[in-house]
Order: sequence, then C-alpha cells, then structure tokens
Amino acid sequence: MSEPILSVRGLEAWYGRIQALFGLDFEVAAGGVTTLLGANGAGKTTTLRALSGMIQTSGDILLADTPIRGKATEDIVRLGVAHVPEGRGTFTAMTVEENLQLGAMTRRDTGGIAEDIDRIYDYFPRLAERRRQQAGTLSGGEQQMLAISRALMLRPRLMLLDEPSFGLAPLIVEELFAILRRLKDEQGLSMLVVEQNASMALDLADEAYLMETGKLIMSGPAQQIGSDENVRRAYLGY
Amino acid sequence: MELFLHQVLAGLATGGIYACMALAIVMIYQAIHHLNLAQGEMAMFSTFIAWQLIEWGLPYWIAFFLTIAISFVAGIVIERTVFKPLHGAPVLAHIVIFIALFAILNSAAGFIWEFTIKTFPTPFGSRSLLGDGLISAHHAGMIGVTLVVLVLLFLFFRHTRIGLAMRAAAVNPESARLVGVRVGWMIALGWGMAAAIGAVAGMLIAPVVFLEPNMMLSILLYGFAGAVVGGLTSPGGAVVGGFTVGVIENLAGTFIPYVGQELKLTIALALIVVVLMFKPTGLFGTRLVTRV
Repeated sequence: MSEPILSVRGLEAWYGRIQALFGLDFEVAAGGVTTLLGANGAGKTTTLRALSGMIQTSGDILLADTPIRGKATEDIVRLGVAHVPEGRGTFTAMTVEENLQLGAMTRRDTGGIAEDIDRIYDYFPRLAERRRQQAGTLSGGEQQMLAISRALMLRPRLMLLDEPSFGLAPLIVEELFAILRRLKDEQGLSMLVVEQNASMALDLADEAYLMETGKLIMSGPAQQIGSDENVRRAYLGY
Repeated sequence: MELFLHQVLAGLATGGIYACMALAIVMIYQAIHHLNLAQGEMAMFSTFIAWQLIEWGLPYWIAFFLTIAISFVAGIVIERTVFKPLHGAPVLAHIVIFIALFAILNSAAGFIWEFTIKTFPTPFGSRSLLGDGLISAHHAGMIGVTLVVLVLLFLFFRHTRIGLAMRAAAVNPESARLVGVRVGWMIALGWGMAAAIGAVAGMLIAPVVFLEPNMMLSILLYGFAGAVVGGLTSPGGAVVGGFTVGVIENLAGTFIPYVGQELKLTIALALIVVVLMFKPTGLFGTRLVTRV
C-alpha cells in the first residue's frame, strides 16, 4: 500500500457534551478509495464533519504530513480536502456555472479554472446543458453530480463523499459510481466514501471500515469484507 | 400633469436614497439575519464626518470619497469588534446592541458637532433643470449618483469572485465554508459595504433635510419600508421597493387630502403593515424553486 494521504489516529468528536466518535483509527491511501460503512446513526457523517473541522474533536488527523485537526473548515479546504456534504450543499438560487465557480473559490488561475469547467462538462454533459439554469431546479441525481463537480473544481488531494447515493434511483446511482471509478482510475483521485449502499461502495473501494455507534468495529480490503457472508448478513444487510 | 411629473421625479430622487438605505439593511440582514436599527445613525455619523472634512477645506468630491472609505473601514471594525463576538446570540441581544449603537452614535454626533441644524453643500447646485423647474439639479444628481452606486453593486455581485463568495456566504454559510470561502470576513465586508452605501445616502440627502443628529430617523423608516416592500431577502427588490416608497410618499403627500407633509411618514408604516399582512416575503422575495 502506498503512502497514506489521510491518516487518522484516536479521533474522538463531540456534539456539545455528547460524545459521538470513540477513538477512530483509519487511513486513506494516496490514489486509493476507502469506504466507511454502517447503519444510520453509526457516526459516518460525523466522521466526515470531524475531518473537515466542523465539530469539536480530539486526536490526530494528518493530511499527508500536515496536521489538520483543530483548523478552521476554510483552511482545511484550502489544503485540498473537498467535502461533498450530506444533502449535497447546492447553492440552489445560483446557476450551475456559478456553483462550479464557487468550487474554485480558493484558486487564482483563471485559465485553469475555465479548462476544469470544460473538463467537468465533458464528464457530465447534462450539467453543460443546464449551465445557466438555477441549480435548485436540477434533479437529485444532477445535483449530486453538481456537488461532486463543485468539489472537483478545488483540484482536491482528497475528496470526502457523504452518501452520494442518497435518495437517488438505482440507475442514477450506478451512473454516479461509474463516474467515481473513472475519477479514481483516470485521475488517481483519493476518496473517502461514506455509504449505506454497501455493495456499490465496496465495489469502488480498496479498503473498507465498518462503523457502529461511533466506533470502528472491523476493517480490511473491500473485496474481503464484501465477500464475508457473516459480515454481509450482520452489518451490510444484503 | 406637470405637478404630477414633478412629484414623481422628486419621489424618485428621495426614493433613490431610500433604495440605498434599504439595500444597506438587506445586505446586513442577509449576512446576520437581523435588522440593523442603527443603519441610519451610521449614515448620519458618516455625513458629519464628510461635513467636518469639508469644513477643514477639502474639496467636496475628495471629502465624498474619503468619507466612503472611512465608513467602509468603520463598518468592518464595528462588525469585528461588536457583532462577531455576538454571533449566534438571540434576537433580543442583537436588538439591544443595535439600540446601544444607535444611542451612542446619535449622542456622540451631538456631543462632537452639537445638535444645531447645519447646512450641507451640494455639488450639483440648486438650479432647475428640464425647462420650467421640473426637477432641481440636486435631485437629478441624487438620482444619478444612486443609479451609479446601484449599477456598480450589481456588477460587483454578478461578475466578481468576491461578490459571488459574498452571495454564497449569505445564502448557505456551511456550504460556502466547504468551498473555502472565509465566511466571517464576507460578513465583515458586507458591513463595510452597507456602511459605505449608507454614507452615500446620508451625504446625498443632507442638503435636502439638513444636517443634524436625528436627520436619518425618518429616512431609515422609509428605508425599512422599501426593504419590506421589496422583500428582505432580495437586494434587487429592496432597490425597487425604495424607489416605490419614495414615489408613493411624494404622491400621497401631494394628492391625498389631509396626508400632506405631516402624515407622510405614516404611509411608510402603513406600507410595512400591509405588505407584511398580505405578502410577508415582499414583492420580490419569492420562495426559491427547489426540487428534491
């Protein structure tokens, strides 16, 4: 396994006085995809929010060699961590193109930004068709694609995806994961994917972790986790 | 007919001022979701600064732009020192601070420059334009300057990165942070710009209402009316609302018996009540189109 882009040691997190995460240790390999699986309320979203500095945490979070725990969200983003949040975080009243421009907010290379927008329209032709449209009028699938595109505009070193399949029709989910796979294979993008749709996520991922009530209870290569009959029945429900 | 036209033009002139105040109110409302009750006093204080600069011998336009710059910085300083620590505090805490700011600025202006009424110069002169006195030069200048300000703001918000970042921070702060926007500074910038816009409004209206610590009281109420009519969530609506209130106020004062000059302010308050009763989002503060 190559050098990790993200390594997390003893991560704990709190919502006010209530502890939500209990000593998580995990890694994302550079150019690899790691997935966090678990039921509703297991703490998957909380883990991503902790990584992005959106809640109170303790422990160590290293992005390559840079400690990022305790930094402001904006600064973590500026270091190259793109977070596609739960609910997609679309700027609904703005156009598709403005959403993409916002994704590149931390960049100064106007030419590169224009190129990246073109490349994204290549990946997602439907966004190109709707570039002048209010983002709130897009379908759920299109909004998810826009959210991923917005994150790509950062030219991220690591992308955090919070349930990309949420609320989408199975066909759209497949389309979406095909695109994620392309991003992994063609661009070597490192990703941490949180999912309830375990089969899709395990298919994409190299490493998998199972979460339950704020703890990691199992980890291993994605294939192995996916093929373990007992694990599947007990935790993944398929 | 000529009286009617004259009143409409005069209404547009003061309406431009209300539009500026409404816009300043909306900008801060979008950023912190509270109504800045001290917006008028901030503008009044700025106008006194301009008056002082002119007294010290600076040419009008230099004083004008210097005042805008000073107000911009002061707006940012007020946000950083007073309202940033207040982030997330309940509505009443904000209201108390707004009232405090109001009282402090009002008394400080009276203390420094006294409560006596002062004249404020106009760079446009007071001759009549458009033949037989349809509109005075100063009124025309007011309309011109407010239009320039509004167009510049429109271009800023539509076509610059910072403008886009400010809009993003206002509508969805969490998402804005996730693309790297420094939301706290965008709010501060909003305060600075609101203070600067207020300064322009104050300096333009001062030759008409004369300079004194209470000069912006009624102007602010008209500004609020404009903001509510247009919709507190819509900067464009606030501008249209401001102009509308200016024209309605003038026409009602002239053509409706008994209203006259004394009851004109009532119109603004009545407008607020009526709009809130029948269309709480204002004329342009429409709900967003969303699909899940």
